[in-house]
Amino acid sequence: MKNNMEIKFTALSQNESFARVTVAAFIAQLDPALDELTEIQTVVSEAVTNSIIHGYENDPNGMVYISVMIEGDVVELIFRDEGLGIDDVGEATQPLYTTKPELERSGMGFTIMENFMDEMHVISHKGEGTIIRLKKHLTKSKVCN
Amino acid sequence: MSLIIDMEAKDRVLCIRLKGELDHHTAEKLRKQAESAIIKHNIQHIILNLGGLSFMDSSGLGVILGRYKQIKEKKGEMVVCAISPTIKRLFEMSGLFKIIKLELSEENALQRLGVA
Repeated sequence: MKNNMEIKFTALSQNESFARVTVAAFIAQLDPALDELTEIQTVVSEAVTNSIIHGYENDPNGMVYISVMIEGDVVELIFRDEGLGIDDVGEATQPLYTTKPELERSGMGFTIMENFMDEMHVISHKGEGTIIRLKKHLTKSKVCN
Repeated sequence: MSLIIDMEAKDRVLCIRLKGELDHHTAEKLRKQAESAIIKHNIQHIILNLGGLSFMDSSGLGVILGRYKQIKEKKGEMVVCAISPTIKRLFEMSGLFKIIKLELSEENALQRLGVA
């Protein structure tokens, strides 16, 4: 059975913890292992932070959209913003690559998303925004359906 | 939950104990407090105790790397201790263990820096 959830919220840094806690609460019904749940929370934090800092450059008029789908032991996350978009996705997803070193950004956001999830697809258009689709099989969940 | 920062300076060693969540939202507070403590106490080495940290993301890596750069000029060392498995993976992924030492406890970290 497919189960969906969607949230949208203002692109403010204080909403980062709201986003990861909300997504985790939804996924908790699959009874995932604690480390897998923490990994998903980290991924949510990375994607939302990217939208706030890079997509909207801290413009509080921006909105961040997250949709979560669970089916069996598979979690699919879609993050969307209507921000500036990414020039070169290949370059942006390289480890340690950042366009904002002066803000002490580590350049590890996409690398963490790729490592903690099984699949990652990034679609971005200049001036239109960015969509990140991520998928993960919960290996240790005790789901039975 | 936000971030609680406890800092103690002793013999040019700054011990930073973190509790709660270190993300983009809370990283700025840590950057400001640690940056000024390093200057004020002429800090050379940093011990980072992450035992109370329930969450950290790449914004945390950024602020930690920033403080490492601050003490590197003074030939200082950074030692991180009491790290959770998920946060440890973030350090491994980013290659931070090539420049930051890992110890089990704050006591071990103090011994490593010769100030126990």
